[in-house]
Amino acid sequence: MKKLWKGNEAIAEAAVAAGCRCFFGYPITPQNEIPEYMSRRLPEVGGSFVQAESEVAAINMVYGAGGAGARAMTSSSSPGISLKQEGLSYIAGAMVPCVIVNMMRAGPGLGGIQPSQSDYFQAVKGGGHGDYHLLVFAPASVPEAVELTYRAFDVADEYRCPVMILGDGMLGQMMEPAEIPPMRDLSDLPKKSWAACGHNGGTQRLINSIYMAPDDLEAHNIELFDLYGKAARELSAAETYLTEDADVVFTAFGSVARICKAAVLELRSRGVKAGLVRPITLYPFPDQQMRDAIRPQARVVCVELNMGQMVEDVQLALGRPVEFYGRAGGNVMTPEEVIDFLKRRG
Amino acid sequence: MLTTKPSLLTDTPLHYCPGCTHGIVHRLIAECVGELGCNDRAIGVAPVGCAVFAYNYFKCDMFQAAHGRAPAVATGIKRAVPDSLLFVYQGDGDLASIGMAETIHAAARGENMTIVFINNGIYGMTGGQMAPTTLPGQKTTTSQQGRDVKTHGNPIHICELLSALDGPAFIARTSCHDVKNVLKTKAAIKKGFTYQLEKKGFSIIEVLSTCPTNFHLSPQAALDWIRDVGQKAYPLGVYKDIGENG
Repeated sequence: MKKLWKGNEAIAEAAVAAGCRCFFGYPITPQNEIPEYMSRRLPEVGGSFVQAESEVAAINMVYGAGGAGARAMTSSSSPGISLKQEGLSYIAGAMVPCVIVNMMRAGPGLGGIQPSQSDYFQAVKGGGHGDYHLLVFAPASVPEAVELTYRAFDVADEYRCPVMILGDGMLGQMMEPAEIPPMRDLSDLPKKSWAACGHNGGTQRLINSIYMAPDDLEAHNIELFDLYGKAARELSAAETYLTEDADVVFTAFGSVARICKAAVLELRSRGVKAGLVRPITLYPFPDQQMRDAIRPQARVVCVELNMGQMVEDVQLALGRPVEFYGRAGGNVMTPEEVIDFLKRRG
Repeated sequence: MLTTKPSLLTDTPLHYCPGCTHGIVHRLIAECVGELGCNDRAIGVAPVGCAVFAYNYFKCDMFQAAHGRAPAVATGIKRAVPDSLLFVYQGDGDLASIGMAETIHAAARGENMTIVFINNGIYGMTGGQMAPTTLPGQKTTTSQQGRDVKTHGNPIHICELLSALDGPAFIARTSCHDVKNVLKTKAAIKKGFTYQLEKKGFSIIEVLSTCPTNFHLSPQAALDWIRDVGQKAYPLGVYKDIGENG
């Protein structure tokens, strides 16, 4: 049954439905509803909530719980995600499945608390030290945030990779009708023979990211990148909207894509053939979907709530320069401003 | 035969320097876990430092934690597997410097875990730098004229510090400098484990230890140094014990 959900709380309940029983968080705006919700919800389902002493500790608790086989999650916002990067590197290195929610705010530094997409780079390019990636899902609505969060736990387990849900303050705070999927039966979840949870039958399970021999570490690096290659083939996803005949195509993710969708409709009403490609997975980036959807002669404008980050990946995917329009600092563009940019540059 | 190798230990030769007390404490942990019949329930957390490879010496499931984060990692493990017997193995740089927040908060929460804290007053693995527990006047590679409290600050006394908290169930400082004290260390570790099995909460056993390599002393002289100097600065004893009825 559909109910009116706030984005942050919907994500939290979707995680519980997916089998998340361990949550570790630390207060930071604009994601506080997630730990608040989890603090009262998890005890109801036999789970464990810890308000950690820091984001650093929270992500390491996720490493412990995830490494022991539990479905574990943390959430934060940009400055807090910076603090989690050390732990994320260890988690990626040790191949511990888990889910991280980042409700982005504007930066750098303490920045502001208004919506932003300024963490695209730290989300998709690794973020911490070493050769690794997170798998990054970017929902554009509350129902999609529910769907992607629910799925993220399965993907994390299948790939033994950390998965990030990358939203912004707008998505976290907005209310929309959404339906929470059925509660997973924990006994039906995939078994994790690698999990270090005791009772090992005499064969040690080790959660670890240290490889002192260069050949061993290189083999591990290659193993991780083989997984990312599999993810690129199997997971990359994008929504394409009115691109078949489009002379102008916007590329945008998350809530900005909805602003661009409104601009597309307005432009079409004015006789301009506009379209939109919205990456749903930011890593792996949907290169092929983008190439397939955008006609070679189309004008492409990447629209973001930052100074230009995803635009680099759009250019790499298309193999040509594209235009960029962004607002930063927590400002959010209107559809009219997007259209004005086209006219100014047109 | 008076004794045998504890069944929790592997046959892997220790990588520790001659005279280092890590090997003794590893054995004590394995003996305690075995005597409590918990080999199958044990999960260990290794730190960053010389004991980073501790997982090579225990047969139980193990985690290797980022520097200082072992108590947070252990919190996650314990929340996921409450019936585990969890030992968290940390050195002084790991626990009392970079991981101080994780240490204090795990203790304050009364997390049901046992930390074995190796205090040898020095960063061993990185080559003998000043630690948060280095004594005033003690020479290290980053306090070459001896630790000057006016510029380097003062050493931190972990048992005394954590004793101010309501969370811990058992806090003790022991030493490894002679047989009598090794046996006392074993008794303290076993008590911490027992409290954990009884779900009494957080326990920490600080073990005064040696690093002959970076002390630039022979193994015996390093042990004598603990006896004559170390335990005067870090008095041995039980700092907190909520007792049988806690």
